[in-house]
Amino acid sequence: MARIDLVDLAHSYGGNDAPQESFALKPVTMTWRQGGAYALLGPSGCGKTTLLNVISGIITPSRGKILFDGKDITPLSTQKRNIAQVFQFPVIYDTMTVGQNLAFPLKNRGVPQADIDRRVAEIGRLLDLEPYLNRKATRLTADAKQKISLGRGLVRNDVAAVLFDEPLTVIDPELKWQLRSKLKALHRELDLTMIYVTHDQTEALTFADTVVVMHDGRVVQSGTPAELFDKPAHTFVGYFIGSPGMNILPAEVRGREALIDGHVIALNRSYDNLPAGAKIEIGVRPEFVEVVAPAPGLLTARIERIDDLGRIRFARTRLGDAKLAARAPAGFTSADGNAGLKFDPSHVHVYADSLLVEGAA
Amino acid sequence: MDKTINQKAWFLVLPVFLVVAFSAVLPLMTVVNYSMQDTFGNNQFFWNGVGWFKELLDPSTDLGGRFLASLGRNLFFSLVILAIEVPLGIVVALSMPREGWTVAACLIILALPLLIPWNVVGTIWQIFGRPDIGLLGYVLNAIGIDYNYVSNEVDAWVTVIVMDVWHWTSLVALLCYAGLKSIPDAYYQAAQIDGASRWAVFKAIQLPKMNRVLLIAVLLRFMDSFMIYTEPFVVTGGGPGNSTTFVSIELVKIALGQFDLGKAAALSLVYNLIILIVCWIFYTVMTNAGVERKVQAASEPAAEPKPSAALKPVTALKPKEGVA
Repeated sequence: MARIDLVDLAHSYGGNDAPQESFALKPVTMTWRQGGAYALLGPSGCGKTTLLNVISGIITPSRGKILFDGKDITPLSTQKRNIAQVFQFPVIYDTMTVGQNLAFPLKNRGVPQADIDRRVAEIGRLLDLEPYLNRKATRLTADAKQKISLGRGLVRNDVAAVLFDEPLTVIDPELKWQLRSKLKALHRELDLTMIYVTHDQTEALTFADTVVVMHDGRVVQSGTPAELFDKPAHTFVGYFIGSPGMNILPAEVRGREALIDGHVIALNRSYDNLPAGAKIEIGVRPEFVEVVAPAPGLLTARIERIDDLGRIRFARTRLGDAKLAARAPAGFTSADGNAGLKFDPSHVHVYADSLLVEGAA
Repeated sequence: MDKTINQKAWFLVLPVFLVVAFSAVLPLMTVVNYSMQDTFGNNQFFWNGVGWFKELLDPSTDLGGRFLASLGRNLFFSLVILAIEVPLGIVVALSMPREGWTVAACLIILALPLLIPWNVVGTIWQIFGRPDIGLLGYVLNAIGIDYNYVSNEVDAWVTVIVMDVWHWTSLVALLCYAGLKSIPDAYYQAAQIDGASRWAVFKAIQLPKMNRVLLIAVLLRFMDSFMIYTEPFVVTGGGPGNSTTFVSIELVKIALGQFDLGKAAALSLVYNLIILIVCWIFYTVMTNAGVERKVQAASEPAAEPKPSAALKPVTALKPKEGVA
């Protein structure tokens, strides 16, 4: 049970003197509150596993500090931190039974046998592993093995946080959902801080109440799934979250208007003090752009195809060199392949050098 | 399954059949032929039936006594070198670096003894151990240890065993190292998180993951040491007395020294049989160890928690790994 603070934490596999651009994890300061369900989301190689391993102590950070409940634990070894970690591939001690696997961390810490038996039974029940406690662990399926790995973490009653490193990679799709619900239920029941690393946005958004998006070694945004969807703080978040991702279009922004190809798009807020020389773009989710029949005053795009996702249809269009996805209302067809674009002003965001700019009301 | 049936394909097997027949089967039959007869040279043969075999297995006869004594020495030798080389090989493998240029350096140094021909190894140790000019023998005697492998049985045994350990521990170490390298890092990290001690990591992760290569190492080392000839022959010539005369040395003495073709043939057949049986036992044990796991995994799917219908046939059909 602990709050985890990261203070100016950074890591470079090339050592502290390497140029900061090459850092696997660029300096980050943030707080993981006690009992939160976090997802660490980002593409492969963005530094999320590095961050996780730094927290669990497998990697010693090049700089910065990690605090558990305000206490600096940076120099402590993994054994001394109260951390449990579940890895991408199930780690099972082959020669042991399921029960012995669960008892292993307690045995190593010299817990009395009676307490071990009690905790193992308890965790076995919690994870639905009870019938298999006396069975060799090697013969179980991948999802049962992942549950054992998780159980080895939960069996210790001093655990401050459970870290998951893409734990569902080797699990069958239909079992993924079950195991994820199990994790959610455990989180509610046990009041543990859970940090879940994944590159799958569905997994992240369904598991976590706070999603931390990483890109190129940086934490670019941390917020609820709704915040990430409605107000991406970085063009990468807009592009990475949502399917299809956010449309990012280069534009000229003056006051309450954005200009694309000489066409005016209304904005909800006023942007008068944009940094000079910055690359200005507007971002809008496909859900908030509609293709309609071409009309004067509307930006015109060429429709390349229409994807029917069942509950919604998206038109894939081309605007000069840029691509843009937009919602196609029921019954929409285009005779000549051209369509007008109608933007919802309250959901058009302005980005300067990829970072969200808050306009004035 | 529509399999094309083409009897002409047998012609493709024919060359191999002929080669094996002339290189293995026919010579073996010659040996069987000799083992049933006695000869006094001059190409005169007399029928002896199973007489040699009876004599061979009867310790009260000269032949039987020599055979059984050398067999006992041979088994003892194999046992001792296994008891030393396997644990030592594991320790060496565990203390090898896991990455960096030192890995290559270690591998080269370890591989060196394996590359030296048997008789050269024997010669090296024969000279190394000589009390008059050998570094080892001279130094030992100089510091007051009376060491002479030519006259003292214990010294001869120690020399032969140390030589074998020097020559072959590398093989066990390299096999174990390969087994260790195949363990994913996550296992070590998980063990760290579980607070495992060094000993617990060895017992729970490293040893179980190495058991397959260890089995191979034990098999190879047993067979090799059971057939050992050149090195002890070069160093001690089987002496002092008969103290380091192993089965193969005895066999050569009878066959080429005394030219008792019948006795030698009978001995070599029994020797061959023992090796075949041991090979078969090892092979069966190894194959079963692999199959058992697969069969149990396939036959108990209903008992597994939430088995996946999509996965089952795949696991059942997976080819056996590492049988050969």
